Amino acid sequence: MSQDIRPAWSLPAGKPADRIVLPVEWPVQVTREWAWGESTGKGVSVCILDSGVDAGHELVGEVSKAVAVSLDADGQPVIEEDTEGDLCGHGTACAGVVRSLAPECDIVSVRVLGAGFTGSGDILLGGLKWAVEQGFDVINMSLSTTKRQFAGILHELTDAAYFRRTVLVASAHNMPVESYPWKFSSVISVASHEDSDPFTFFYNPDPPVEFFARGVDVEVAWVGGSKIRCTGNSFATPHMSGVCALILSKHPELTPFQLKSVLHLTSTNVAGGE
Amino acid sequence: MSDDLRAAVAAGVAGSEAGYRSLLQSTVEVARAIFGAKASSVFLLDEETDELVFEAVAGEGADTLVGQRFPSSQGVAGWVLVTRQPIVIENVNEDPRFAKEVAESTGYVPQGLMAVPLLHEEQALGVLEVLDRPQRTQFSLVEMDLLGLFANQAAIALDLLRRARKAEAVLGSTVEGAGIVAQLAATVESLEDERRVAGLKLLAALEEVLRHDEGGY
Repeated sequence: MSQDIRPAWSLPAGKPADRIVLPVEWPVQVTREWAWGESTGKGVSVCILDSGVDAGHELVGEVSKAVAVSLDADGQPVIEEDTEGDLCGHGTACAGVVRSLAPECDIVSVRVLGAGFTGSGDILLGGLKWAVEQGFDVINMSLSTTKRQFAGILHELTDAAYFRRTVLVASAHNMPVESYPWKFSSVISVASHEDSDPFTFFYNPDPPVEFFARGVDVEVAWVGGSKIRCTGNSFATPHMSGVCALILSKHPELTPFQLKSVLHLTSTNVAGGE
Repeated sequence: MSDDLRAAVAAGVAGSEAGYRSLLQSTVEVARAIFGAKASSVFLLDEETDELVFEAVAGEGADTLVGQRFPSSQGVAGWVLVTRQPIVIENVNEDPRFAKEVAESTGYVPQGLMAVPLLHEEQALGVLEVLDRPQRTQFSLVEMDLLGLFANQAAIALDLLRRARKAEAVLGSTVEGAGIVAQLAATVESLEDERRVAGLKLLAALEEVLRHDEGGY
């Protein structure tokens, strides 16, 4: 059996543990400087799974690729080039936040919102599946679903992303209902804090929500080239996506688990934001 | 369903829609008062047409908006419904296109709005909006939590309203006149003293006449 197809869960007998070499030179102390100092997000793709993105907005800049998801007559998702941009403003807002933290990352828009409520769950799943297959580095999901029928397939997709080294960053819910995918441990879940510093984020020692990022009174890009001020976990999420893009640009070999560890170690309440 | 049970269910359903509607109205009134807002409204998702319908409005638009509808694909309310994520937006009127779109779901152009999905179990039933809270302070997460609590209450009221309508539709379609009978029962139930005694006598007599008639008199 060749080395390449050896099952990942076995370690050959007699192999000393010190020969399992990490591709990352792990420092004695992980600091923000080590994690993303000098990084601009260059070379990292961030997918905005949302209502579309208005390319060219001064806070967004270039959008590398934009697709829209719809359902065909048989209810199967169809992926087509998106020529309409943002139908609501929300996707543009998220893209602008990511851009503000990681100015040189590649932004990709996958429009899964804007076609109404009917069929929205299937469109969301179709869009996420496509995004995972493309192997984007980060997928920003400022949305969730409460439909139990989608929980299983969403779980499979988020696990698939995790093992393909695609980091899924998802908005948590602050309402007393079950919703997905933010509760799955394979994603990075985000809620809001009230500080105005975009690089302040906290690790939550009382999950399921894992991180708190800036989500109150955020000036964001909106449709028609405008800017508005918004509050919601939807805007905290792209702050964490932006930080992920910075870290992955500097350390592209990190797995989602390692990335989450770095986020923990560089959280404001863990290392004092140093 | 037996006739007796159906009659009992019909009696229970009769008038409940009005009750739940009052509860919903009370929720938007309180939401408006607590936030010191200009208006507050609840939209119900009509799944058949994929539209959002104004079910209850407090403040600006209260006289004109109830019953109006717009596509669920539209604007912030549509986004909130589909994504299940609450959102607060300030200075809405910065962009004319956005302001026009928002006005279609609010009846006027607000400065700012808060929108939260109305979720009951796994169902997304509609959206609660609070328009133009005072701008003097920065929005806080405490307000967001408060909005969530109101949304929970509104969702329960909206779910009850939806169920009452469904029950009325089912009863109305399976038992001809069940609605009238239930209404009659509810009316007699609300009478007092002599009028109630007289009402019951009249119904008993009516029932006897009808029964004999049915027997081929």
